Amino acid sequence: MPAKASHRRPLYLRRPDRRGRFGAYGGRYVPETLIPALDQLAADFERAWKDKSFRAEYARWLAEFAGRPTPLYHAANLSRRLGRGQIYLKREDLNHTGSHKLNNTIGQILLAVRQGKRRIIAETGAGQHGVATATVAALFGLICDVYMGAVDVARQAPNVERMRLLGARVIPVTTGAQTLKDATSEAIRDWVANVETTYYVIGSVVGPHPYPYMVREFQRVIGREARAQALRQCGHLPDTLVACVGGGSNAIGLFTDFLPDTKVEMIGVEAGGCGRRSGQHAASLTAGTVGVLHGSMSYLLQDQYGQVTVPHSISAGLDYPGVGPEHSFLRDSGRVRYLSVTDKDALAAFEMLARTEGILPALESAHAIAALSHLPGNKSGRRLIVVCLSGRGDKDLATVMEQNHA
Amino acid sequence: MRSSSAQALFGSGRPVVIPFLTAGFPSRRTFLEAAQIAHAAGAAALEIGMPFSDPLADGPAIQHSSQGALAAGMTLEGVFDLAATVRARLPIPLFLMGYLNPVLRLGMERFARMAKAAGVAGTIIPDCPVEEAAAWVRCSRRQDLENIFLIAPTSSEERIRRIDRRSTSFSYCVSVAGVTGARRAVTRSTRDYLARVRRVAQKPYVVGFGIARPEHIRALRGLADGFVVGSALVPLLEERNSGLVKAGRLIRGLVRAAE
Repeated sequence: MPAKASHRRPLYLRRPDRRGRFGAYGGRYVPETLIPALDQLAADFERAWKDKSFRAEYARWLAEFAGRPTPLYHAANLSRRLGRGQIYLKREDLNHTGSHKLNNTIGQILLAVRQGKRRIIAETGAGQHGVATATVAALFGLICDVYMGAVDVARQAPNVERMRLLGARVIPVTTGAQTLKDATSEAIRDWVANVETTYYVIGSVVGPHPYPYMVREFQRVIGREARAQALRQCGHLPDTLVACVGGGSNAIGLFTDFLPDTKVEMIGVEAGGCGRRSGQHAASLTAGTVGVLHGSMSYLLQDQYGQVTVPHSISAGLDYPGVGPEHSFLRDSGRVRYLSVTDKDALAAFEMLARTEGILPALESAHAIAALSHLPGNKSGRRLIVVCLSGRGDKDLATVMEQNHA
Repeated sequence: MRSSSAQALFGSGRPVVIPFLTAGFPSRRTFLEAAQIAHAAGAAALEIGMPFSDPLADGPAIQHSSQGALAAGMTLEGVFDLAATVRARLPIPLFLMGYLNPVLRLGMERFARMAKAAGVAGTIIPDCPVEEAAAWVRCSRRQDLENIFLIAPTSSEERIRRIDRRSTSFSYCVSVAGVTGARRAVTRSTRDYLARVRRVAQKPYVVGFGIARPEHIRALRGLADGFVVGSALVPLLEERNSGLVKAGRLIRGLVRAAE
């Protein structure tokens, strides 16, 4: 692209550059063994994404299997309760398997089938990505192995059982902190050893290029629908978008199609755990530093020696020390504002949404709900806020009950 | 010896053996003893592992050694300190192998300066493929440090050519698509792949990942200029009594097989 054109168009509206970079972030920091597979994947994705028949097939599975479009629901009771404006929930929890993760796994597994790969591997924290992957692997008759930290296996028992019922093998990872970070490292090691026969479905906008870009494209459906729904239902664009950020796929999915609408405010909500000062959190964008983890350069939680530190969040899905490289870019550019809310606030929001709207949100999504209290009041009540309700909360019942009885 | 010692490594025309030892594992003292024993057993150079919390290219043995070293408080400063100590005692080149993030955190310039000051000959950074290496190559060249890049069985001939050009003095061939770890046997496909590298590469190359027994080296005779042994040493270093002796014996056996 000529330099002049890039001046006219803000960088964040473009695709990542040839090396898979969003500004300084992204890239491919992986062992040499994987580079040819990543080149192949980037080329195959590019070709598929330009292919109308692939797009049509993807759209058909989203409509007929996932249950899209998901509603944009006016949470009138919650809006009255909070007095921040009219709150609409983008109901990704109503996707089949209960979260936005299915949008991405359908896309990637269609690609794996196109590549002729018969074995699928994935990493999972809360289990939502694992369940979505196991589901689509079952649908297409593929072998599926899911890496999951042993701590998460214990705290997300219902999802572990669901994966097993779907025919996947859940492999507990006992290295390090035994959570998502370690499951991801182990999945990458498996891929290094089996790259010729195995497709690695990464569950968020993280990892080496082309994953952050590809997962963004598969999740863009969230924002594309929300944009059209807001215009149809409310007659205008939202004033504010709010989404939780672990790796950041539901947030990127919601934000991307609104990025050119400079009047739309965007807020990404990280897991503040026990509070940022406690050191017990997973807020890489708001409290981390730039580094390289799991194949890309981005903000991450690390100590003064560059060792990756153990994050903490009550939500297994946010309990990750890194974040997608595009979020790092959006943070630095100022286009998206990032803040963090604590475990305690998320639990309170979980209960508030249950009581006001009859919806149990995933603890991840409860972070986004909790952030609404940080918005300024809105007396006219006309401000339009769209929150991505990324997943449903059934999987988190044990955690919530434990906290309530503690 | 300066960086020229890295080139001198392959001067005799005979394949060399390079043991990999994780810095500070299982303790500072045992690490230093192991280095001494490796040299006495005929090691031509040493690879010193810089421990990292998330070593993506490593299997269980090296992961375990990294975790152990980190738990004992090893840092990059500690790695440089150990390297300088080894360097003062042993007349063989030292290469640091480790992941990019701690290097970035310390600062590439500072890392390169400290590595040079510690007498290190060069570095191997498995999660920094040639495409991402421009900045690091500039820093290390300024300090006259060697850059050793990895070649994998999945690398195309074009990539092998490119890696061979970017590596200074020699490249490092990963014997199999997989992580580090001792393996039972050398397969036909490893031989075919190394024969392919032999046809394409202009510079010498060593083979690592899975080299654990003399017969592995004999099976690869003529197909490599050197062999790296790492994972097979880890359990020996942890053995209380005769572990170091066994490690020495293993290295001597590998050196003989290579001759």
